[in-house]
Amino acid sequence: MLATLAFWAFSGVAILSALMVVVARNPVRSVLFLILAFFSAAGLFVLLGAEFLAMLLIVVYVGAVAVLFLFVVMMLDVDFTELKQGFLEYAPLGGLVGLILAAELAMIGFTWQASDQAMALRAAAIPEGMGNVEALGQVLYDDYVFFFQMAGLVLLVAMIGAIVLTLRHKPHVKRQSVTAQVGRKRDEAVELVDIKPGQGIGE
Amino acid sequence: MEIGLGHYLAVAAILFTIGVFGIFVNRKNVIILLMSVELILLSVNINLVAFSSFLGDLAGQVFAMFVLTVAAAEAAVGLAILVVYFRNRGDISVEGVNMMKG
Repeated sequence: MLATLAFWAFSGVAILSALMVVVARNPVRSVLFLILAFFSAAGLFVLLGAEFLAMLLIVVYVGAVAVLFLFVVMMLDVDFTELKQGFLEYAPLGGLVGLILAAELAMIGFTWQASDQAMALRAAAIPEGMGNVEALGQVLYDDYVFFFQMAGLVLLVAMIGAIVLTLRHKPHVKRQSVTAQVGRKRDEAVELVDIKPGQGIGE
Repeated sequence: MEIGLGHYLAVAAILFTIGVFGIFVNRKNVIILLMSVELILLSVNINLVAFSSFLGDLAGQVFAMFVLTVAAAEAAVGLAILVVYFRNRGDISVEGVNMMKG
């Protein structure tokens, strides 16, 4: 009974906040509603018994991705009133496409049924008497370790890409140039001048 | 009423539809467009986890984790492109994206 109630609460909040993400006038509010949607989805994951993914969703999405969005929204100096122009212009088309998509998904949902052999075709059956985290770790590091490493590589490439894209050298900022330092010759740096006694350095 | 697989799939389908609707509606704001993509990926994750849970197969949760990874990478690179785009153009409307053509 409680689980049923929790499902309706979480899914209702998730759908409403997702709707608010799309229609909110202020992007900061959009980000905050996105965080609420992620939290509700994490609740749904807990109901489904995927505790590790629920925590991951909060740590990765709320802790990293949504905060990144918040940073960018607050960093860019955008005129918020202009941003919603064209909303009503595109709303009928968007609504139509959304309705068609929803109808198609409903058609799939109502005609689809699980295969008889579905239980036999499982790739990694959930073991009995083992927590979600432990079971997931065993599957991930045994069967999917290559994909795990590849996922790390994807993150590395994304990190390097983001840095390369946004790095900018401002003028008037002194920077260390290692090549210039190492390539410096003695006679570029020091000049020996022969000074006669009592005369000083003339121009 | 017992909550079954269909309920979770319905929630995911609604979230997916909202995400697609958001992509169509927000032409002036690439940030919300990226957030709509995040919503779509979230709905895919809900689908994967729901199937994984009701079938008793952990592979779905592993795949949801990889979707999460790709979503994080996508958000990072997308926002970096957005920042550069804003520096060059002064707004974040979709209409001028042709400008990025070499």
